[in-house]
Amino acid sequence: MPSKFHLQIITPTRTFLDEEIEMVVLRTTEGDLGILKNHIPLVTPLAIGKLKIMSDGTTREAAIAGGFVHVDREKTVIITDTAEWPEEIDVKRAEESKNRAESRLGKDAPEVDTIRAEIALKKAMNRLNVANKR
Amino acid sequence: MGLGMRDIKRRIKSVNSTKQITKAMELVSSAKLRKAKEQMEKTKPYFNTMEETIQGILVNTNGIRHEFLTQREVKKTAYIVITADRGLCGGYNSNIIKLVNQHMKEKPNKSIIAVGSKGRDFFKKRHFDLDGEFTHLSETPSFSKAQEISRLALELYKQEMVDEVYLVYTEFITTINQKPSVKRLLPLDMSVEGGKRESKTMIAYEPSPEAVLGYLVPKYIDSMVFGALVEASTSEQAARRVAMESATDNAEEMIGSLKLKYNRARQASITQEIAEIVGGAEALK
Repeated sequence: MPSKFHLQIITPTRTFLDEEIEMVVLRTTEGDLGILKNHIPLVTPLAIGKLKIMSDGTTREAAIAGGFVHVDREKTVIITDTAEWPEEIDVKRAEESKNRAESRLGKDAPEVDTIRAEIALKKAMNRLNVANKR
Repeated sequence: MGLGMRDIKRRIKSVNSTKQITKAMELVSSAKLRKAKEQMEKTKPYFNTMEETIQGILVNTNGIRHEFLTQREVKKTAYIVITADRGLCGGYNSNIIKLVNQHMKEKPNKSIIAVGSKGRDFFKKRHFDLDGEFTHLSETPSFSKAQEISRLALELYKQEMVDEVYLVYTEFITTINQKPSVKRLLPLDMSVEGGKRESKTMIAYEPSPEAVLGYLVPKYIDSMVFGALVEASTSEQAARRVAMESATDNAEEMIGSLKLKYNRARQASITQEIAEIVGGAEALK
């Protein structure tokens, strides 16, 4: 059995996860990254994407929206704006916000904040992606 | 005899209705306080880890130059002042404003980012520079609002419109003890409490230390502002509760002394009546 390390996932409104796990796979801004026990200390920003947590032979997934990860000797901490398990995702709301963002991007008007719309679209698609894999 | 019986009765009635209002407000704010405290408990781990992480990184990044870390000559100072939207909470608002005024004395130029309408009105009336105003969020502070505030502060700082940013809010210590406090947001405080940590670990930064700091510092500011909002709103409810509690107590005391007066007046009038009757009867003899 692989050895375990401590992972904390913290959002502004709650502690999302706080337990011993075997491996976590993150999507960073530079690409996917897997973390096992005794990883070197590392700090890196995260992209909007999904998170895979493996322990005791099971794999759990969660949607996270940006943030960063701080790997230290004692523990690994992920600080993010929002984190959700698939069953917590409000699919309808995500779909609505996806459509909204798409229509805003499609307009090509100067008053549309393209970057914000793109981020909203990415978040919505990520949520749908994670929710549908259930 | 001073007031007549009817006047006293009217006073008692009016004090009593005031008491009912303050009592109701006390109950409302204690319910809100409970909720605010719960939220504070939930958000606490976030700030603590955020702070820990940032401090840890800063200790290990000596020599990294970054616009958020370097001191500039201070030409203008911005204050983010967090007050309540409503009054009737004792010295809560005035304590904050007093602290800001005191702190501002040594600064040549200053501007205000007002959070809460009480603070906004105060600084507007006195013709301070208002760089931004945010109201109606003291009861339910949200992270996105906090982000708006901190983005504004960062933008001002980046464009060198201001050279320092301070955050002024009320720290929640206990339900009966809150302390207004000032924190410097920008440039970041490099003095880490407790001196330098012993083991300097080499930390890898992806893609580069500068990029990571550039990403982290705004996040850190966001969380500081959000933390301050949550704490200030808890303090506000606590201050209001205490103020209303003592208002209710005072009203009760007043009613007590008015009742005493009323009874005395009543007794005096009865005594007088009897004396008059006796006097009349005596005269008839």
